[in-house]
Formats: sequence, C-alpha cells, structure tokens
Amino acid sequence: MKLWKKNLILIIAVIVIIAAPLLFIKGAEFAGADNLAKEQITKLNPDYKPWFESPIVPASAEIESLLFALQAAIGAGIVGFVLGRITSNKPDSEIQK
Amino acid sequence: MKTARLKRFAICFAVVISATLLVPTMQVSAMHIMEGYLAPGWCISWGVLCIPFVLLGFFSIKKKVNASSKNLTLLAMCGAFAFVLSALKLPSVTGSCSHPTGVGLGAILFGPTAMSLIGVIILLFQAILLAHGGITTLGANTFSMGIVGPIVSFGIFKLSKKLGAKSGLAVFLAAFLGDLMTYVTTSVQLALAYPDSTGGIAVSLVKFMGIFATTQLPLAICEGLLTVVIYNVLVKYNSKELHDLSAI
Repeated sequence: MKLWKKNLILIIAVIVIIAAPLLFIKGAEFAGADNLAKEQITKLNPDYKPWFESPIVPASAEIESLLFALQAAIGAGIVGFVLGRITSNKPDSEIQK
Repeated sequence: MKTARLKRFAICFAVVISATLLVPTMQVSAMHIMEGYLAPGWCISWGVLCIPFVLLGFFSIKKKVNASSKNLTLLAMCGAFAFVLSALKLPSVTGSCSHPTGVGLGAILFGPTAMSLIGVIILLFQAILLAHGGITTLGANTFSMGIVGPIVSFGIFKLSKKLGAKSGLAVFLAAFLGDLMTYVTTSVQLALAYPDSTGGIAVSLVKFMGIFATTQLPLAICEGLLTVVIYNVLVKYNSKELHDLSAI
C-alpha cells in the first residue's frame, strides 16, 4: 500500500474516533473541565483550599482558546515545515537503487 | 466571582442531569493537576524527583544533536508534535474532554529523558500563559507526562521490537500505552494526595482511575495512530537517521 493511502486511513480512523462521542453521547457537556476535577478533590477532601493561584489567567474563554490555538498552530507549523523538508528529498529506497 | 459561582452551579446541574439520564458517565476530565491543588510537600517531592531526569535529558539531547545536525530538525519536530497534541482538548466517550500528550514519538526516537526536558518546556508554557496545569504542580505533571509516559513508550517500543513486532505496531503500542500511563500516573498522584476518608488510597485511586483512564482511552488510541502516521513518513524518507538513533 502507498504511504499516503496508509496514512490517510489512519487519519480517517482518528477523525472517526474523535467525532463518535460528539455524535453518539447525547446531552454530555464535553466540558474542558479542569474545574470538574477540582470537584472530585473537594468531594474527597472538603477542607482543602488551593494554596496558590496562577499569576496570569487568560482574560476570557476566547483569550484562552486563542492561546491554545496559538500553541497548536506553532506546533503544527513546525511539524509541517520539517515534514515538508524531509519529504522534498528522495525516499531512501530510491537512493539505494 | 459571580460567573464562577454560576459556572459551578451549571456544572453541578450538568453532573446531576447526566448522572440521572445517562449511563453513569463521569463528568470529570482528565488533564494535568491544577495549580494549587497539591500540597507543598507533594509539589516539592515530585519536583525534586524530576530534576535528575531533566538534567539527563539535557545532556542526552546535546549528545544527539552534536552527533548529527539532522537530529536537531527531528527533535524540533518531535517537540512540536507534542506541542500540538497537548494543545488539543478532544471529546471522549465519558462526555468530557482531555488531551493527548504527544511525547511517545520523541521518546521512541530520542529516548525517554530527552522528552523529560521537552515535557517541562510544554508544561511551563501551559502553566504560565494558559493557567492550565500549574507552576506549583509542575513537578508532579512533569513526572507523569515527561518521565513516566516517555519511559513507558520507550520501553514498550524496545520490548515489542524484541518480540518481533512490526515497527508500525510497536510505535502504536508505545505511544498508546505511554499516553495512557501518563494519566494513570496522574490518578496515582491524586490518590496519594487525596486518600478517601473511609477507604484510603485504594478507593480514591479507583475513583480517579475510573475517570482518567476511561476518558483517556480513545484519545490514547488516536495518539497512537497519529504517531504511526509521522513515523511512517520518517521511515520512508529518513531511515538512515532512524537507524542511527536505533529507532527502526
């Protein structure tokens, strides 16, 4: 099987796995919910008070998603750049011939 | 303040609704341990435990980059891959979201300690700029994502290869289990810090594991598949480098 076909199948599988919960689990919040993990802790230890708070908190949910998008964009940019450079060379199998 | 209370109310409401309407899907997400939610003693202990790994990582990276400049490009890509994946909060079967770690690829190529250093950098970025994870919990989070995860990935990859598995399968298993074990570690860390008042650490561990492991399961599969995608490209175009790094 060609490389791009193999990888395309793998990527489609990833999309299916990620989309499935969105389609099939009705009524779920899909909260990004670090807050909810806190609730579990509060349940286990009601007296616990966080002793430190983040010095910089994103001003709003929009700003937070901006920063997350930025993080993903920087990462994806570098990955794409390197993969582009790598694949512009001839495949190793052809060099050996 | 008001919005925070409103949010909490909404969350409680959602939990009650989903608990009654749905199969018992837990509404707690699996991510890094939040700022301030680990007592100072734990923060320091986990932090100290991480130092040798991060230092080893620094020297291991230096050595590999000196060996071949192409390694630097590959390392940059591995770091960037982890950077992307840990920014993507994905929905899961439990009805909550979590994100993969992406450190498996780097661990397979450059060894586990290299990813310890990269893990710290990613976690610092998220803790400082995004208030995700935390500065005080940096040690604990580095231990799970930057040390346990990569060590598991590296070990599973080597073991699978030894047992004669194909590279693709070995890479998938390595990234999948590395991702999963990162969050198992987070559960253990939280269970140790917050033992159940009646059942102790074991009961608390079961609670956290139920939440963390099930949420992470499909995401870990995705991470495994995506790691194989990148690895396939590297095998085709960079097999010499992979060979030198003994990652093929």
